[in-house]
Amino acid sequence: MGAAPKSEWLQPHRITLIILAAAIVLACALTMRWDWLPAYLPLALQGIWRTIWLLVVTVTLGIALAIPIGFAQAAGPAFLAVPARLFCTIIRGTPLLLQLWLLYYGLGSLFPQFPWIRESFLWPYLRQAWPYGVLALTLSYAGYEGEVMRGAFAGVPKGQLEAARAFGMRRWTAFRRIWLPQALRRALPTLAGETVLQLKATPLVATITMVDIYSVASRVRQETFVTYEPLLLLALVYMAITGVIVFAFRKIEARIPARLG
Amino acid sequence: MPGGAPAHSKSSNGGMRRCSVGVTTLTDIFLSASAASLAELLAFDPPGWGGNLLRGLLASVGIACGSFGLGLLIGISGAYGKLYGSPMVRDLFGLYTTIVRAVPELVLILLLYFAGTDLVNRLLTLLGYAPVDINGLVAGICVLGVVQGAYSTEVLRGAILAIPQGQIEAARAYGMSPSLQLRRITLPAMAPYAIPGLANLWLIATKDTALLAVVGFNELTQTTRLAAGATKAYFTFFIAAGVLYLALTLVSNVIISRFERYSRRGMPSVVETR
Repeated sequence: MGAAPKSEWLQPHRITLIILAAAIVLACALTMRWDWLPAYLPLALQGIWRTIWLLVVTVTLGIALAIPIGFAQAAGPAFLAVPARLFCTIIRGTPLLLQLWLLYYGLGSLFPQFPWIRESFLWPYLRQAWPYGVLALTLSYAGYEGEVMRGAFAGVPKGQLEAARAFGMRRWTAFRRIWLPQALRRALPTLAGETVLQLKATPLVATITMVDIYSVASRVRQETFVTYEPLLLLALVYMAITGVIVFAFRKIEARIPARLG
Repeated sequence: MPGGAPAHSKSSNGGMRRCSVGVTTLTDIFLSASAASLAELLAFDPPGWGGNLLRGLLASVGIACGSFGLGLLIGISGAYGKLYGSPMVRDLFGLYTTIVRAVPELVLILLLYFAGTDLVNRLLTLLGYAPVDINGLVAGICVLGVVQGAYSTEVLRGAILAIPQGQIEAARAYGMSPSLQLRRITLPAMAPYAIPGLANLWLIATKDTALLAVVGFNELTQTTRLAAGATKAYFTFFIAAGVLYLALTLVSNVIISRFERYSRRGMPSVVETR
């Protein structure tokens, strides 16, 4: 919507719509209950921070994991390609909520049975919820993005790789300089969509007691018995984060030359 | 139970042998039960939870079918509205798809679940009827249908745009009414373009049913959690449910590829260009 020039964008019906929207917002602000907001604001900010942190960490780790998974499927030997494909099928074929609960309740009930885990330095972390949330979200992102990376690696024209060989590049150099950058460029347009999907998956971690913005909203609803207002505000927060993600990726895409070989 | 005792002693024997080595085997980790107690846990009759899991799966499939169908209806009207509607209608549908695709399904489910049931009840009291307790199944289908509708609007809009313009013009030239044109030309002609996207949506619909577990609806994931919580066999039940979901996905894939081949009949065969 923002790309069109202003004169075209601001048509008469849009003015009506904007006035209508402003009226609805005003009505919400005046007639609904917002007195709980100041008391919960610090907690809400902390929750927003936690959500964004979770998003950034899992997307970064997920991409790092997706590259080998996609490459194994596109060009790897069978003993790597088959497990990678199996991993993608399983992750994409089962609900994230189930994976999350499997890891949290399953591993969480399993680990205390091993004394050497309880004595290790990792135990203080493994007793908390967030490692399981990060693990589940990372694996899920890697599964979906691994499939994208497979297509991206396979889509790089053969001539590019042959040219790299003709230049006398070793396999690792050709991968690093030619194959990977072009594959990443091909995967970039889907990355924005996948990242928005990942943002939309983050509230699931509230079901395993992680305190993100979603669980702050549920807590407000439970403690103050205000039903709709926290949810509306929550939807607004997620829309704002989505807007930022879409905007950021558009900027990144504009910086990278679009021409593909 | 006559079969239970020997099975138990066998498993404890195995456990002792393993203890002497000091290693737990993979079966113990991933199934946290021996084969005999596994069969007992997943049995169809009440002490086992197999029947409940299958009922949960059935509920999940039912909700997925319903919400996918509702989403398709919303999607067709949304795509038409976005393509041929007045500027106002276009903007409203644009707003709908943007908002629904930007807000997590979990939040939408809570919002629509509570707001929707509240609204219906208020409407009923306004009309002088007693408030009703809305069926969880219907509410789930409606909520997920609204979410699905936003995505299928985009898929179908793209598919309609991919139809060669001449075909629609020819239909108009023949004097077909819009509804006849939709039924005879637009829907069949866009099907090959729409099916890959719709297939994705169907798979998303089957997995999104799991989100209804959060509002306490008894579909497969919620049933699984109840079963796992009651028996403490977390791995067994979550993996069993995972297998059921995976089976649903794989069976769907087979059926979808049939549909796709049927909808592409008469078109030049496309070798995958990946």
